[in-house]
Amino acid sequence: MTTATLPVNDVPFEIAGREFRSRLMVGTGKYRSNEEMSAAIEASGAEVVTVAVRRVDLNRANDEGMLRHLNPDQHFLLANTAGCYSAEEAVRYARLARAAGFNEWIKLEVLGDEETLLPDVAGLLEATKVLVDEGFKVMAYTNEDLIVALRLEDAGAVAVMPLASPIGSGLGLLNPQAIRTIKRRLSVPVIVDAGVGCATDACAAMEQGVDGILMNTGIAAATDPVRMAHAMKLAVEAGRASFLAGRMPKRETAMPSSPLDGMLG
Amino acid sequence: MSQQSIADETVTLTVNGEDRDFPAGSSVADLLESHKLDPRLVVVEHNRSVLRDRDAYATIALATGDVVEIVHFVGGG
Repeated sequence: MTTATLPVNDVPFEIAGREFRSRLMVGTGKYRSNEEMSAAIEASGAEVVTVAVRRVDLNRANDEGMLRHLNPDQHFLLANTAGCYSAEEAVRYARLARAAGFNEWIKLEVLGDEETLLPDVAGLLEATKVLVDEGFKVMAYTNEDLIVALRLEDAGAVAVMPLASPIGSGLGLLNPQAIRTIKRRLSVPVIVDAGVGCATDACAAMEQGVDGILMNTGIAAATDPVRMAHAMKLAVEAGRASFLAGRMPKRETAMPSSPLDGMLG
Repeated sequence: MSQQSIADETVTLTVNGEDRDFPAGSSVADLLESHKLDPRLVVVEHNRSVLRDRDAYATIALATGDVVEIVHFVGGG
């Protein structure tokens, strides 16, 4: 048997003792229709699917609730605290999400600035501690700062989610060395979250050795989201395989691939 | 009819940021029913306390001045 018969010569992908079948996690925001969203999720092969918590619009007849469009038996619903700008607010949203009754996991966001949507790391650490104490499994969206990542791990986060670049920017992996460092130093899984804009970005992020990627806009804002979801699936698998395979050393000069011996005289 | 008797018949709640009148004695279950909301698809917060037990909705009476938030999952990343 050659390694080619294995889709990816990989170890199971686990967070907090739970095994997940795909290293690609996807969001559900910004799609033009729920049908397109469902088709894109299907094409992505993702198991973990994120959702946000918002008020029900009591004045509108049509229901935007995701539970009408996502099957909780097929997908692992990971609620987020997107849009929260303080630890207290994020904790409130997390408690509401848990009361939906699916799981005790939360993708924790505590934002610090509306223009960049960069995390408020002080609030993030504070909220992580509160939620871990309350029994939540916290996956913390953070920047690519090693020290913050270490503190989040110490605070009990089950996964740390450094950004590739700002949320919704599609700028790709801006600081691969920082992501590699975080992966090398943390024991909990590292999931790159935010900023992936195309398959190259996803592949490059996985090649840093991280455990997975979470993306939303990179798929939803593509001209053809379903096709891009498929591309991202392949890119995540390719990037993982490439990392596991171990890349060749880089050289400043050329080295022939064909033998020098046996050339015609 | 006096103001007092009207007040006796209704309670005024703040639901998702808007003041709304409901019949006195309404429960959380009645509130959801009046908005045709499926309790399995929403989460209710009553005076800043998240209600984790849906079976208790019918037993929680609402009073004037109560603040209720009804939320659900929407698309997000």
